[in-house]
Amino acid sequence: MSDQTLEEIAAFLLSEAKRHGASEADVVVVEGDSLSVGVRLGEIEKVQRSTARHLGLRAFAGKRSAITSSADFSRESLAHLAEDAVALAGVTAADDVSGLPDADQLASEIPDLDLYDPEISQLDAETATRWCLEAEAAAMDADDRITNSEGGEFGSGTHRVVYAASNGFQAGYRTSSCSLSAVPVATQDGTMERDYWYSAKRRLSEIESPAAIGARAAERALRRLGARQVGTAEVPVVFDPDMAASLVGHLAGAVSGHALYRGVSFLEGELGNKVMPDFVSIVDQGDIPGALGSKPFDGEGLATRRTPVIDRGVLSSYLFDTYSARKLASRSTGNASRSVGDAPGVSPTNLYLAAGDISPEDIIRSVSSGLYVTELMGFGVNPVTGDYSRGASGQWIENGELAYPVSEITIAGNLLEMFATIEAVGSDLEMRRSICSPTLKIAKMTVAGS
Amino acid sequence: MSDTNAGTLEPRQFFLDRFALSDGTLEDTIGNAIARKADFADLYFEFRSSESFSLEEGIVKKANKNISQGAGVRVVAGDKFGCAHTDEVSRETLRIATETARTIADSGGDNTGISVHSTAPRHDLYPLTHTPLEVALADKIELLNHIDIAARAYDPRITNVMASLGVEQKIILVVHSSGLVVGDVQPLIRLSITCIAEENGVRQQGTSGGGGRVEFSFVTEDDRYMKWLETAADQALRNLDAVDAPAGNMTVVLGPGWPGVLLHEAVGHGLEGDFNRKQTSAFSGRIGERVASELCTVVDDGTIANRRGSLNCDDEGTPTGRNVLIENGILRGYLQDRMNARLMGVEPTGNGRRESFGHAPMPRMTNTFMLAGDSLPEDIIKLVANGLYAANFGGGQVDITNGKFVFSATEAYLIENGRITRPVKGATLIGNGPDALTKISMVGNDLALDEGIGTCGKDGQSVPVGVGLPTIKIDGMTVGGTQS
Repeated sequence: MSDQTLEEIAAFLLSEAKRHGASEADVVVVEGDSLSVGVRLGEIEKVQRSTARHLGLRAFAGKRSAITSSADFSRESLAHLAEDAVALAGVTAADDVSGLPDADQLASEIPDLDLYDPEISQLDAETATRWCLEAEAAAMDADDRITNSEGGEFGSGTHRVVYAASNGFQAGYRTSSCSLSAVPVATQDGTMERDYWYSAKRRLSEIESPAAIGARAAERALRRLGARQVGTAEVPVVFDPDMAASLVGHLAGAVSGHALYRGVSFLEGELGNKVMPDFVSIVDQGDIPGALGSKPFDGEGLATRRTPVIDRGVLSSYLFDTYSARKLASRSTGNASRSVGDAPGVSPTNLYLAAGDISPEDIIRSVSSGLYVTELMGFGVNPVTGDYSRGASGQWIENGELAYPVSEITIAGNLLEMFATIEAVGSDLEMRRSICSPTLKIAKMTVAGS
Repeated sequence: MSDTNAGTLEPRQFFLDRFALSDGTLEDTIGNAIARKADFADLYFEFRSSESFSLEEGIVKKANKNISQGAGVRVVAGDKFGCAHTDEVSRETLRIATETARTIADSGGDNTGISVHSTAPRHDLYPLTHTPLEVALADKIELLNHIDIAARAYDPRITNVMASLGVEQKIILVVHSSGLVVGDVQPLIRLSITCIAEENGVRQQGTSGGGGRVEFSFVTEDDRYMKWLETAADQALRNLDAVDAPAGNMTVVLGPGWPGVLLHEAVGHGLEGDFNRKQTSAFSGRIGERVASELCTVVDDGTIANRRGSLNCDDEGTPTGRNVLIENGILRGYLQDRMNARLMGVEPTGNGRRESFGHAPMPRMTNTFMLAGDSLPEDIIKLVANGLYAANFGGGQVDITNGKFVFSATEAYLIENGRITRPVKGATLIGNGPDALTKISMVGNDLALDEGIGTCGKDGQSVPVGVGLPTIKIDGMTVGGTQS
């Protein structure tokens, strides 16, 4: 069925599923093209192009369900896929709350959120290569101590998603994305430090300039030179925006309806409680035009929306898909995410911690002795207890100034306590990614070193 | 969905049939790929069929089946490569992909016709009577149900069990511009078990599991899955009583098996050929130098039968090998794919791997472990006045340029006066790759490989790997707890 539209393929699969006895079914079809170009030391290093398409069918036999997915779009294969899904559903256990969302929950309008830039599919590899070369050159030229490079890289992709379900929903949308990065290596006294900078957007015209990306990457690599360990101490810790975003990411995991009904969230039982200071608000918003985490409807056909998760310090909402909402006697917040090969889960859309009114410089100035974190490593977060322990590097703060670079240290605490003791929120929120934050200061954490 | 029989499957014929191609098409395509000024080119065909089942809250809620398939064309010229991937494979899409991939090479090559010849892989590391996909669905469901019942019966404080079983079969075919054609059929099973324990309002979880390139019966033989579920349950139960972990530099003893993730992060990634060719690794240019104590010999071995990290050939058709990385503390070699080996003037080591046809190959680990030493594990503990004993780990990460690496203990204990005492909460350990192994002062005689659930990520690509370690004593490493 290679010559048919994705909508026709989806409709065919739904009818086949019904013919084989499915009581309900839904289909996701995704197709996309991607381009990746890399340069290194002033020469092109790689050009990579892919085309991919995949579809997934979820079939229900009453309260039992199963999923089959495939990259083979031939008619025989699709018919087999439907038969297989229904048969597979028969071997699973009946799950009382399973099923598609009720029809009255479905998005009635599909907004155009400006998620697709047609220029991306027109882009030629030569132009992308030139940007990579410019970004890398800007990094290499920034300072004599930039001695090597892992290169400059550009990546872009366009996708089309169609979702159809037996409850009557059928819609699709296009998205695009692009990114440009540089990874220089700086050397001093025989030791090397590497860092990066990147810009990722839905539109080509919105990417930061190659020169700015290269210069920023060089600055980040240079400031790491001469890093040392510090002694073990309890001190204030300031997270730069990208690192602060990782804390918002841990929050996202803990407010997911799936983590909650499974009992693996450190925020279980905290709904309505004050878990952060008054001056902290965190919002999930899926309908921001042009944003990286936006989509016109979620993985089950519900409208995406604005959900305050932390409202002036109070945990005001969890994030749900239909299944987890039913488990916890609540309503979906339009946060169902759906990959072709798996049942819906919960994902944030654009999740951001709202900007405060203190400049990042003033936040650093407020610390007499502490850590400014610019990189975190490893997976040391326990989602059940919130216990937190990760590798870190950054700058040591002395008397309100960035004094010297530090590395080979860890920072540890508990996320509940860390959230409760946020002391300052920066004014520097930038929507660089789908989960983002301004600079954050945590009152006290254990820094372990020498 | 078409299942394929393990015993009779021949990858070349399989792909010719599946995509309606002929040997002539393979020869034309690889000939076109190498027609410009290129050093080599390859075609990679892949068909992956997988199933997964998951249980939670006492019932098997999910059953998924997936088929992915496609082809990749790669052209390598010096340190440049062009790659194109498609999941709709035909003579025409291969022609378009080849045109795209070869734009990286200058025109004017003088390569002429290539005739392809099939070669069987050198190894036969995972001959199976039945592929895991052929086992009846009911048997897989029953296994998960039994795990739930057994875990809850193990201790009344186990309040929830999450278990998932993934089985797959991947068929690959590599067509190299030398004319070499190599295929492989790669089975894989992975069982993961998470137990939640609860007591007096405290809740903890523990995770374990196992698998490999094995028959489904491997999981049930010798009650293996019971051992895994007890490990997961014990970890959750012990953590209920865990005290805060210490913070600062101290003596650390790592237990056997999965703590081998230390080697994977501290030295493994830093020894991958791409970083060393580009001289961006903390180990660049250090072959022949001391990078570990003389007690340490570290190998990467892709040839161990039935292991998760093992392969008959890598994704470039090179037979896997047993490669010595560190011998008695001296750095001996790097892990190579074809392109980086060529540029560094050495032989490929069978470490050229790719996540799928949609990704480009690069140097990756297989099963990475340290050889056993002479010490008895109990003697190692006895010699520690105060320190940390880490029995199990989650994931890790490394910055290969400055050598800093972390790995996170999920099960750890204090060592006090030569005895393992209280369990402590999970903590991240951080070290510096080029000197962490120089601080190893004792190596146990109890080498164990992990149980077969490891996955390694690099540059956005995930591949199955193994690790292993005997009990070792490290005289000084930073432990990232909260108790200073």
